[in-house]
Amino acid sequence: MTHPTPPGTRDILPDEMRELRALQSSLIAVFEGYGYGEVRTPTIEYDEVLSRGDERGAPAAYRFFDEGGDLLAMRSDMTVPIARLVAGRFAGEEPPFRFAYAGTAYRAIRPQRGQLREFMQAGLELIGPPGPGGTAEIVEVLSAALDAAGLGRAVIGLGDAALYNQVLDEFGIAGDERRRVVDRLAAHDLVGLEAEVAMLDLGVGERETLNRLPGLRGGAEVLQAARDLGGDAVERATARLAATFEALAERGVESRIRLDLGLLRDLGYYTGAIVEVYDPAVGHVLGGGGRYDELMGRFGRPLPAAGFALNLERLHIAQAEEERVAATEGEGK
Amino acid sequence: MRPPSGVVPPGGPLKLAVPRGALYEGTLDLLDEVGVDTAAARGGSRALTFSAGELVLVTMRPSDVPTYVEAGAADVGITGKDVLVEQGDRVLYELLDLGYGACRMVLAGRQGDDRLSEAQRRLGAMRIATKYPRIAARYFEDTGREAEVIEVKGSVELAPLVGLADGIVDLVDSGRTLAENELEVREEILPCTARLVANRVAHKLRAVEIDDLAARLRAATRP
Repeated sequence: MTHPTPPGTRDILPDEMRELRALQSSLIAVFEGYGYGEVRTPTIEYDEVLSRGDERGAPAAYRFFDEGGDLLAMRSDMTVPIARLVAGRFAGEEPPFRFAYAGTAYRAIRPQRGQLREFMQAGLELIGPPGPGGTAEIVEVLSAALDAAGLGRAVIGLGDAALYNQVLDEFGIAGDERRRVVDRLAAHDLVGLEAEVAMLDLGVGERETLNRLPGLRGGAEVLQAARDLGGDAVERATARLAATFEALAERGVESRIRLDLGLLRDLGYYTGAIVEVYDPAVGHVLGGGGRYDELMGRFGRPLPAAGFALNLERLHIAQAEEERVAATEGEGK
Repeated sequence: MRPPSGVVPPGGPLKLAVPRGALYEGTLDLLDEVGVDTAAARGGSRALTFSAGELVLVTMRPSDVPTYVEAGAADVGITGKDVLVEQGDRVLYELLDLGYGACRMVLAGRQGDDRLSEAQRRLGAMRIATKYPRIAARYFEDTGREAEVIEVKGSVELAPLVGLADGIVDLVDSGRTLAENELEVREEILPCTARLVANRVAHKLRAVEIDDLAARLRAATRP
C-alpha cells in the first residue's frame, strides 16, 4: 500500500539528489566568487511581510494560523524575504548588499500539469547599485552561472517591465480598455491584442506601435526597429535597454543576450530591466529576474535593487537534455 | 573544460504541429501555398511525422496541439480557436488568425422544444452536454445562469435525444449534423478559426524563422 504526497510535491531519491546538489553547489560557488554571500531565511514568514512585497495581491498560495493566531504564509520566492532581511538586519550598514541563496519556494499549481507546488530556486540579490551598472553585474553573474551549469547555449532575454505601462499612459489608455490590452499581452495573445487595439481610439502609428512591440526581439537591431515606431515612452524604454546593453558589452556578455520588447514577467514588483533564461534544448523558461527599485522602500529602506532566480529542477532537466544533444552530435561525427 | 559562452543557434528544421481531422486539408493547402511541400503528408500514409523541407510536420489531434507546443515538442502549431479557449491555461503565443476552418461555438437545443428555458425556470439549472466543459461553464457563468455541465467524449448530439441533457454546447460548421438530429442553434458563443501558435521559448530563440513563416502565412491568408 502506498501513501501519496500532495500533488505538486515529490520525494527526491539519491541519484537525482546527488546531481541537484552538485548543480546547486556549482551555482553557489559562482555566486560566492562574485562576492555574493549565501543566506538562508525561513520557509514560513508572516503573511503581512510577504504581501508587502507584491501589492497586486500576494502571490503566497499557502497560509495558515500559528498557535498564537498569527497569519503565516509559505514564501513564494526568495526576493521578498531577502528585502525584509536587508531592511531589518542591515539597517545601520551602507549598501551595496550582495546575497545569494538556494532553497525551496511554494506556489499554487494547476492540477494535472506536472507543475510543482514546492520547487527549488537558486539565485541572488544585489541591493544598492542602480541600473544599468547593477543590472549588468547580475546578468554577468547569471551568464557565468549558466556556463558553470554546462548550459553554454543558454540565452538571456532582456526586456523592460515599465515599457507597456508607460506606452499606455502616453496613449491615454485607461480603465477597462487598458485592462483588456494588458490581459491580451499577458496571455501572449497577439491575435486578441490586434483586435483590442483596433477598437481603441488611436492613430495608425500608435496602433502599429502596440501591435508590433511584442514581436520585437533579437540583437541590437531591435532597438532601432523600436525607435522607428516613435513615441516618448518607447524612446525612453529603448534608451534604458541600450544603456544596459552597453554596460553588458563592457563586461563581454552581450553575445548571449536577446533584447526583447515583448518580455513580461508576472511578478508585480519589477520596475525596469527584466530578464528571462532559455535553453534551446528545452521548451520551458529556466528562470528570470530583473530590477525592483521600489520593493526595498516598502520595507522602509528605499534602495535600488535587482536579482534573479534559477529554477533548479528545470535547470537540471536542461542539463540532462544538453548532455543528450551533445552525445547525439558526437555520434554523428 | 568550461564550455564557451555565447549564443549557438539551435539547429534543425522548425517542428510544426499539424491538426488531423477537419482542419487537416485546409492546413496542408495553406502550407503548399506558402511553398512548403506537403505531398508526403497527403494520401493514406500512417506515418505521424513528415519532412517538408524547412519544416517537420508533426500530425496529431487538434486538442493535442497546445500540449505539444507548450512543452516545446513542437516549436509552432496550428489548431482551432475552440481548442485554445478550452485549454486557456496553456502558456503559448497566439500569433496569427489563419481565417480558414471557420465555425461557431453554439448553445443548441431540440427543435420546437422549450426544455432549455423550462429547465432553467423550473429546475434552476440546465443540463448541458459538451466536449468543451470549460468553455460551457465559463459561458453560463458570464451570462449569469446555472448549468450542470456534463462532459461527453463522443457524438454530443446524442445527449439531448435520449434525455441525458437539455441542450448542448458544441462546435458547428454548416449546422447539418444539428438539423439531422432535430437540434437548432439557440445562442452563439464564439466564432472560431484556425490559429498559428508558438512555444514560448521557440518564439524567442527561433524568432527569425517563426516571424518569416508567420509573415508568409499572413500574406497567404489575407489576399
